[in-house]
Amino acid sequence: MMGDDVLKRNVYLDYSATTPVKKEVFEAMVPYYTENFGNPSSIYRYGREAKSVVDKSREIIAGTINASTNEIYFCAGGSEADNWALKGIAEANANKGKHIITSKIEHHAVLHSCEYLETRGFEVTYLDVDEYGMVDLNDLKNAIRKDTILISIMYVNNEVGTVQPIAEIGKIAKENGIYFHTDAVQSYGHIKIDVEKLGVDLMTISSHKIYGPKGVGALYIRKGTKINQFIHGGAQERSMRAGTENLAAIAGFGKAASIADETLDEHRTRLIALRDKMINEISSRIGHVKLNGHPTERHPGNVNFCFEFIEGESLLLLLDNQGIAASSGSACTSGSLDPSHVLMALGLPHEIAHGSLRLTIGDFTTEEDVDYTVEKLVGIVEKLREISPLH
Amino acid sequence: MYSEKVMDHFMNPRNVGEIENADGVGEVGNPQCGDIMKIFLKIENDIIVDAKFKTFGCGSAIASSSMATELIKGKSIDEVVSLTNRAVVEALDGLPPKKVHCSVLAEDAIKVALMDYAKKNNLNIKGLENFKVREHEH
Ligand SMILES: Cc1ncc(COP(=O)(O)O)c(C=O)c1O
Repeated sequence: MMGDDVLKRNVYLDYSATTPVKKEVFEAMVPYYTENFGNPSSIYRYGREAKSVVDKSREIIAGTINASTNEIYFCAGGSEADNWALKGIAEANANKGKHIITSKIEHHAVLHSCEYLETRGFEVTYLDVDEYGMVDLNDLKNAIRKDTILISIMYVNNEVGTVQPIAEIGKIAKENGIYFHTDAVQSYGHIKIDVEKLGVDLMTISSHKIYGPKGVGALYIRKGTKINQFIHGGAQERSMRAGTENLAAIAGFGKAASIADETLDEHRTRLIALRDKMINEISSRIGHVKLNGHPTERHPGNVNFCFEFIEGESLLLLLDNQGIAASSGSACTSGSLDPSHVLMALGLPHEIAHGSLRLTIGDFTTEEDVDYTVEKLVGIVEKLREISPLH
Repeated sequence: MYSEKVMDHFMNPRNVGEIENADGVGEVGNPQCGDIMKIFLKIENDIIVDAKFKTFGCGSAIASSSMATELIKGKSIDEVVSLTNRAVVEALDGLPPKKVHCSVLAEDAIKVALMDYAKKNNLNIKGLENFKVREHEH
């Protein structure tokens, strides 16, 4: 096939889907499976050692976002934290009002929680975004009502990488006395976050997007926020989220968070250089392409293009055949008739959105990986266009 | 998720292209749905002597077009009229349930091409009197 002059490589370019666990992180986890396996609620030594790692991780994570330790609640990941924020605030504040504002490009963990709340008597306004995926602050102001109790706008979009003006939204929320939640799963570890400067009341983060283990995350809840507990049971997480702590995962999450915080600047600089190289080469070497998302307000590792006249799943299969792992928002990969809700919200015509490709770069991506991927992509797009009746 | 046959026909599609002055051309699907299939037929003495295709769509759409064109080459019009999407699915060693519609597109595209041939030549093809392109669904 095309480009057989280059030796086949294995190139993982789906870091926004999940990341490998870093070696140091894995090593930090192991003892909590085998030796220090105690239940943090027990009073004897095993329990105390287990509790101390939960406390330590909590302290590290609080420190990375300028929060206090008692504002960090561990849970089973980003989806759970989003569910908790939405449902917990809605239920606890229903006496004040039943209106929630969010955007059309949120993760399904937020959108489907909102749809559920609609069946429970809440009203939800889904804000439009512009062609770059940005929420309009005036639209937000206009959507606010007397009975609005919560604004939930994601920090960075997982598909197209657009970064929202979170501090400005926080200001608007505060002026109006409305709780503000942000899903920061795709920004934590990529952007320096200070919950005080951002003015957020609740924030979702997840470990497996920052080289930590899967199935663990946290919800930041500002002190004094009126929110219901999410899992009823024991007194873990200050009785807000019951269940014996996932000790090793929390240890790993803490380690991953501390590495991400310490290396944030180099990480960003490195990723941005690779990202921009990839964007520039794809734009200059392949015709009829469109960059999705914002040209500058963008996740440091996100590359997302639509290739006209071809369909995303075929693209992914041919890339996979060359050892390249990527993702697409085409209908065939979303499992429904429509391309992803995010691409639709950007106003892309269906036929263009079907040809989307997301390549997300991470810490183990090299310049050779980028060169190899662009090289292969050029040939694959050409091959699929030869087959296409639209070309 | 795909059988080896599907992957083979997707990676190395047979009969890609167009036939100049084709005797019948059939196009089905639409870009909104993410699938368009266009089939070109060359017909001599009621026999499909050549078939080519161009497809915009997912892996199974391309594989279905490739397999369908293989299946009809050398066959008589009668034989082709009785060819259903099941035959395409079987020849591909199966398709995932969500992708079966791709084989329906292939069957329909071929029948539309035969209708085009019939119309151009003022013929009636037995078995196609009541043919209608099916609603496209995933
Ligand atoms: C923006 C965003 N929110 C939430 C989630 C869900 O996180 P998790 O996989 O930890 O449940 C993801 C990851 O898929 C995400 O990208």
